[in-house]
Formats: sequence, structure tokens, C-alpha cells
Amino acid sequence: MTPEKNKNLDQMFTAIQEKAARHADSITEDPAPKIYIGMATCGLASGALETKKAFEEALSLRNIQARILQVGCMGHCYGEPLVTVHNPGFPPILYHQVTPGKATMLVKSFLEEGDPLFEYLLGAMEENDLIPQVWDFARFSQEKRVVTEICGFINPEEILDYIAMGGYSSLAETLRLEPHDIINQVKNSGLRGRGGAGFPTGKKWELAKDARGQEKTVILNADEGDPGAYMDRTILESNPHQVLEGIAICAYAVGARKAILYVRSEYPLAVKVVTRAIEQAKELGLLGKGILGTSFDLDISVFQGSGAFVCGEETALIQSIEGQRGMPQLRPPYPVQKGLWGNPTVINNVKTFASVPPILKHGEFWYRQIGTEGSTGTAIFSVVGDILHAGLVEIPMGVPLRTLIFDICGGIPNKRTFKAVQVGGPSGGCLPADFLDTPIDFDSLTEAGAMMGSGGMVVMDEDTCMVDVARYFLDFTQKESCGKCTFCRIGTRHLLNLLERITKGEGREGDLELLEDLSQDIRDGSLCGLGKTAPNPVLTSLKYFRDEYVAHVKEKRCPAGVCRALTAYYIDLEKCARGCDACVGSCPVEAIFTTKNRKKGIDQTLCVKCGECVTACPAEYDAVRKVSPPERAPIVERPADISD
Amino acid sequence: MAKILIDKKEIEAKEGANLLQVCLKNGFYIPNLCHLEGMDSPPASCRLCFVEIEEEDGPVTSCSVTVRAGLKVTTDTPPVRRLQRSALKLLLSAHDVDCARCPANKKCGLQTIARFLKVGLKPKQLEQLRKETEGMEDHPFLRYDPNRCVLCGRCLQVCHGKQGQPFLTFAKRGFDTVIASYGEKDLSNTTYQEFTACAQACPVAALGPKND
Repeated sequence: MTPEKNKNLDQMFTAIQEKAARHADSITEDPAPKIYIGMATCGLASGALETKKAFEEALSLRNIQARILQVGCMGHCYGEPLVTVHNPGFPPILYHQVTPGKATMLVKSFLEEGDPLFEYLLGAMEENDLIPQVWDFARFSQEKRVVTEICGFINPEEILDYIAMGGYSSLAETLRLEPHDIINQVKNSGLRGRGGAGFPTGKKWELAKDARGQEKTVILNADEGDPGAYMDRTILESNPHQVLEGIAICAYAVGARKAILYVRSEYPLAVKVVTRAIEQAKELGLLGKGILGTSFDLDISVFQGSGAFVCGEETALIQSIEGQRGMPQLRPPYPVQKGLWGNPTVINNVKTFASVPPILKHGEFWYRQIGTEGSTGTAIFSVVGDILHAGLVEIPMGVPLRTLIFDICGGIPNKRTFKAVQVGGPSGGCLPADFLDTPIDFDSLTEAGAMMGSGGMVVMDEDTCMVDVARYFLDFTQKESCGKCTFCRIGTRHLLNLLERITKGEGREGDLELLEDLSQDIRDGSLCGLGKTAPNPVLTSLKYFRDEYVAHVKEKRCPAGVCRALTAYYIDLEKCARGCDACVGSCPVEAIFTTKNRKKGIDQTLCVKCGECVTACPAEYDAVRKVSPPERAPIVERPADISD
Repeated sequence: MAKILIDKKEIEAKEGANLLQVCLKNGFYIPNLCHLEGMDSPPASCRLCFVEIEEEDGPVTSCSVTVRAGLKVTTDTPPVRRLQRSALKLLLSAHDVDCARCPANKKCGLQTIARFLKVGLKPKQLEQLRKETEGMEDHPFLRYDPNRCVLCGRCLQVCHGKQGQPFLTFAKRGFDTVIASYGEKDLSNTTYQEFTACAQACPVAALGPKND
């Protein structure tokens, strides 16, 4: 494909940019107050629809003219529903956890009476003398947003919003260049694939460009399936065009005329948003036939995955598009040589494609300056679990785990202490506090025994049982194993059974050694990445939390008090208040009885260890105790005859 | 032709040939279950045919290696044997070892490999696992025992090859993966002859004629 140096391209793109500018001006010049509501999946799950309705009702009730605008997710999922109110005369103000009640209050007090309700706000989005800025908080100031820069600030269903922010200019520029120039820029930027393995993106594209084949294809891998990971979903829902632009650039560079977006069907909103984005881009001539008046065509479509985790593995993904059962195939040949329908195929993650337009816009040197030598650019994590400010975080590579967890995300809530962080999903590992100073980059995390993965990060506090965590992840991998190869199919089932036995207090001498041996064989012997990495949660937890395993096997004790078979609740009679019945109704199995002196006891034979009584017991008494092993609970006799 | 070394013995083989095939042809036995002669893309799923190749880290499955000049192959290193024994024990832990009543007795793939690797047919370390599912009860001709099946996929390979449209497929996930009949074709109009190849490809008699 030759570069198109005709004026047509410039004219067409300038016209589009002008249209976008007029669209943006029509919003900024509108004197009415503007209310931006985050309506990605996280916002909707937290009630953004109800909040929007409350705004609409309050506005019409008070007869106030204001514009409600729908935006994506800013990444601050802990604060959803997030609403930015731009009331003329004030800076734009970000409000968090805006319930319908708060929405009504904001309309009345802020829009009608001019009181910005300081108690509800998170901060101002612009410099001003009145309200502290959000940029003063670590969560905002220590992030480096490349991929998610405008996520949450634009309407994902309005292409002109993206273009007005400079979108598609990298694609327009690309079409003026030779494909190998683009590949060189991507290569020199040091960008590595964000799907987990970290293969150099420019090199992959070069291999695909040089590969011989009729119908080269570019595939977006948005089959995000790690428990607790939602980076790709959020990006697709909040700024789909940046991803589409990256795909189009890749297709031009490698000589593909076909692109497929493989999005899992469990992401209905992402599918809807991205489908609409494709339509809009086609209407403007930014995708489809003769892009921006050049001879470059890109046929782009969405393929919905049907709920198999293993289809995130690229060869299984290809099988699934071809209508086969999603099972990983032997590599080589790699997809860049022989992929979809036997043709050279580039498969990249959402974050990889979304990184490309900024790289081409600001240049490879700009990108290299972010991050570390071996891992340039930014890392995007969905930080979840026992963490104060859960959500999507984009940081320069090389930031230590400690900074991410304690400074940017606010640390562990409820006065608990940090125990471990699980990085890299079911293929990753659990790192203890000793590793908090590990820099977040591909190589350091792998060295520590975890892996970058695609960006799932689960923070765990002291109340977490590491054996139970390992069991959870093995349960996941065993259910999601495609069943093809011996080690993964049968080996992980043995691991799971062993872990289940240990958490039930039925661990035996030699179990830990068997776990270790089997894990090593599964790692060394499995066919695909899923099997090879499946034992990681076991291996790392055995390495860093071996004492917990030993306590389970030898003492039948769960140090964190999580494994139900190894714990018991009892009521401390010293603390229990005579005549108080608060816990009785909370018990679902009527295990709580009244003692002779009108205090309470728990019948251990009935107790299902749900912990409801702990919550029900008034804080001033705090009489319910949890112990492990269960024998440590003192036996309180149920009176033979009770008559109260 | 390319010269390669297998266990220090010089062998001549075609450049690009399948290494497992070359080893077997030249009298170097390597345990294998999922391999069928002449396959263009090996499934590499049974994880038994490990060998070590000089200048490569750790054991690799020989079915996925193609011959190139100067290849130095060792078939019996301790890491190779460890993985082979481990894979075999895993397969045996999910296999209903009842040889006396099994039609495959004395010609069974698992027996051969166990004898070669000096592994007992009932390894003690691992607990016995069984699938609860029954397979293909409604099939007019084939009998299928999920707890004999080693899921090597040879029946599928043959099925795909001879019929074009497959009659059989993998079904379910994880440990519960089984072989199931599949396809739009009305099986009532078929004869057992169409399935003999599939059944004969089975190394452990998990598939066979219904009255077997």
C-alpha cells in the first residue's frame, strides 16, 4: 500500500475536524449549566440511571434549563455514580456517590441557590479560589493518563467529542506515511503488548507485514476474563474510538483490510458502544471503504465471544471465530504467520491498540520517557479488593506497588493491615508485604513470581486466607480449562481437590509436597499459557505463606479465620448483656439459645458460621468471638428446658 | 536430508519431518497417545512425547518439533522422564483401571507406556478421579466410557479426516471434558461401518461398538 499524499485527505479530515469543533462549541457556548453523568457499567451498577432520572425530574420541577450529558468512566469506581456539574460562575465540580437524593439537592441548592454543597463534592476540575482541586489528590496527580486520558470526559457514543479532543488525527497522519515508518515508530516507542505476555508490538506488526498471505486480519482481543479485571471493558465503554483508531493504524501498517473486534458477550454495553462507534466512524469516512478519501479500506466488525475464558488465548480465540470449539493450538505457527483462516493475523489487546494513537501523536520519544527502560509507557490496573479507592488506575510503568496501593488508591480500609496483592489474575501470583517495593513493570513482576497479566489487581487484607485464595483461583482455572491437555485437565483438578481438602481441615502429611510437585509439572508440561500459569497462585502462596498451609494441615487451624470448617463462633459470656436478644433473630438456623442466666450461647452443632450474629451484636457489647480451630470455642450447654 | 543425533546416534531424516515420527521410525520409542501418522498439525495434547533438545530450555514435546540439520535430541533425561511419568500418572488417576474386563487389555496404549516408564497402573500418590457424566447413550452404534477415555482426540482426527463433517467432538470443560457425538447428520441412516475408523483409533477402548 502506498502513502496517499493527495489533498483530498487533508480536505476531508479538516472538514471533519471543523464539524467536531462546531459540535464542541455548541456545548461550551451554551449558557445553561451542564451535568455530566458517568454511565459506564460501573456507574450504571451504582445507580447512575436513577441519578439521571432524579436530575431530570428535579430540573423540570424547578423549571431550570440544564444540559445532562452522558460520559464514560473516569476510573474512580469507588465514587460512582460520579457527576460533574458545571454551573456558570463556578468551576466544574466533581461529586461522588451521587444518589438520587443528592441529585435533587444539587439541583435545588447548587443550580437554583448557588450553594455548591461542599459536603458532597470530591473537588473542582479546574483551578479556582473557592474549592480544592481534584488534581491535589494523589489519586489524580500521581496517575499518568495516556490510554484513559479522556475516558469519563467525553460521550463515548458521540464520535465528534473524540475528534474535538484531537481524535483520529493520528490515523489521518498515518495515511500520509509509509507502513514501515509507522511500524518503526511503534517499535522505537518500546510498546509491549498489554494482554499479559508483553511481546513487543512493533515487532509483531512487522512480522505480520512481512508475512505472506492473501487476507491479513487485525483482531482486537477484548475477551477480558480475569476475575476482578475490567480495564478493557471500561476503555471500550468510555472511549471506543481511541481503540478503533489504533486498530485502523495497525491494519494500514500491516496491510490488512479486515479487522475483527472480539468482545465477550458478557459485556453488552461495551458491544453496544463499540458497534455504534464503528457506524459513526464509517459515516464520517474514518473506517470502511476508502478511508479519508484514500484507497485504504478497512472492513471492521464485532464478534461476540461466548463466555470461555480460554478464548482470550489467541489461538483459541481464532478457533472460536472460525466456528470451532475454543481450544488452544500448538504454536508455532504463530497467528502472525498463520492465523485466522490460515492468514497472517495480528491480535492485540484493547490497551495496546489504545496506546498507539497517542504514541504517533506525541512521538516515540515522548512515550519512551514514560515508564522504564524495558517497559515503556503506562500500566493500567483495575485495583479491587480490600482497598479504599478501588477503580481503574493508569500509572507510569516502574511505580512501586506500595505507591499504587497506599498512596494512589488510599490503602486498606477499616484499620486492617495489608496481607497480599494478587497481580495478573488466575495466572498471576500473590505477593506479600515484603514485595511492596517491587516496581510495576513486566520483568520485575515476573521476577517476583507474579506477572503483569492484563491488569487485574486484587488487594487482600489480614482477614484473607491464602489457602482459600489459591483454592478460589484453581476452581476458576479448572472450570475454564478447555480440557485438551493432560496436565491442565487432570492436574489442576488434583490441585483443586487437594486445596479443598486442606481448607476443610482434611489435609494430610505430604499434601504440600504433592501440591508443589504437581504444580511444577503442570507449569512445565502444559500446552498453553493457561495451563502453564494455572499453578502460579498455588506456587506463590506456598512460597510466601507456607505457614498458613502448615497451620491448616497440621493444626487444622485457619489463621485468618476464613475456612468455615476450621472456625467456630462463640459468645463471650463476660461481655454478653443479660436480657439482650439482638443476635437471636439474626441467626438463620436458630442456633442461638438463652443460657440459664439470660445470656446467649451458640449451639455448635447447628451453627453454619455465617457470621450474622457478629454484625447483629451491638458494638458496645461486642460479645461474639470467632476462633480457629473450632475446639477453642468454650462449650456452653443449652439448657434442657427454656421458657422465656 | 538432514543429519540429526538421537541419543548420540546419527540419523538421517527429511528436513521438516515430524521429530516424533522420525524417532519412532528409527526405533527410538517415545511414549505418545495423541499422535497419528501423517497429521499435518499435531494436537500436542497428551503431553507424553517429551524429549530434550540441545540448546533449548527444558523438555519439549517431540511431536511439535520439526527436523532441521544438526538437531541433537536426548530421549531419556531425568526431566523428560519426570514429566512423562507425571502425565501418565495423571491419566491413570482418571482412568478406570480394570484391565481384565477391558477389550483393550494387552494392546492398550496406557499399558505399553506404563511398562516402558516403569509406572504401576495404580499409582498411590494421586487419588482416583471419576467423571459422573455418561457419554453418547443415544448413539446408535458407539459405546463410550468417559472414565476410560484419555481424551487423546485420535477418534476426532480420524473422524474429521474421513468424513469431512465431524460426527464427534469434545464437549464440556475442565476435568469433565468428554467426547460427544455431534453434527446435523441423522445418525439413524448410518451404519457402524462409518464409525469403525473412529473406534479403531482409540488406544484404550473407550470407544467401541455398542455390543462390545
